[in-house]
Amino acid sequence: MMQTVLTVTAVVLSLAAAGAIVRIARGPSLLDRVLAADVLLAIFGAALCIDMAANRHLNNLMLLVAISLIGFVGSVTVARFVADRREGVRES
Amino acid sequence: MNPDTVIDAVSGVFMVTGALMSLAAAIGLLRFPDLMSRMHAATKPQVLGLFLLLAALGLQMRTWSVWPVLLVAWLFQLLTVPVSAHMVGRAGYRTKHLHPELLSSDELEAIVQRAAQKAARQAATHGADDDEAGR
Repeated sequence: MMQTVLTVTAVVLSLAAAGAIVRIARGPSLLDRVLAADVLLAIFGAALCIDMAANRHLNNLMLLVAISLIGFVGSVTVARFVADRREGVRES
Repeated sequence: MNPDTVIDAVSGVFMVTGALMSLAAAIGLLRFPDLMSRMHAATKPQVLGLFLLLAALGLQMRTWSVWPVLLVAWLFQLLTVPVSAHMVGRAGYRTKHLHPELLSSDELEAIVQRAAQKAARQAATHGADDDEAGR
């Protein structure tokens, strides 16, 4: 049964990652790309979780927390950058 | 039907559902028209999806000692995701990455208008002061 679950989740997560990558490539604006990159990171985290659950180990848990931290710092930084640039344009 | 099989089945269902959350987010990213609605879709794997997968992991490990660690990992995600979503949403509003006709209500609009009027009034009075000093 675990083999079936692994196959199904692998297919589903691959499709989801492909969709997020398409949005990163096409995304009309920078913020859309940041959002899609965040989703891609969440999909990686889900894959790590499923690997841990299927093989019954906890090796990736710290990596999971680190990934969510990187996603947080990255999207906040880019959001600040976008806001600052637009404000500068309006003031000048 | 022994408890081991039941736990395996429940965690399998959790894993498939958590993976489907990621797929839902990807479909939402591809199909929704603007940044705000895409942000709505993007939250699903980050909160509910991660919760389901961590629960599946806790069920598979068959020990209570891992649950606090998993809870901390999930709470950390729960603390950081709203902050980054707030920052992205604010930047999106400021840089006009939204379709105003798709919003059912825009509470920020009135505040932005008032602030803009106040700034315009201040600029007008400062301009008058400059004129008097010139004369």
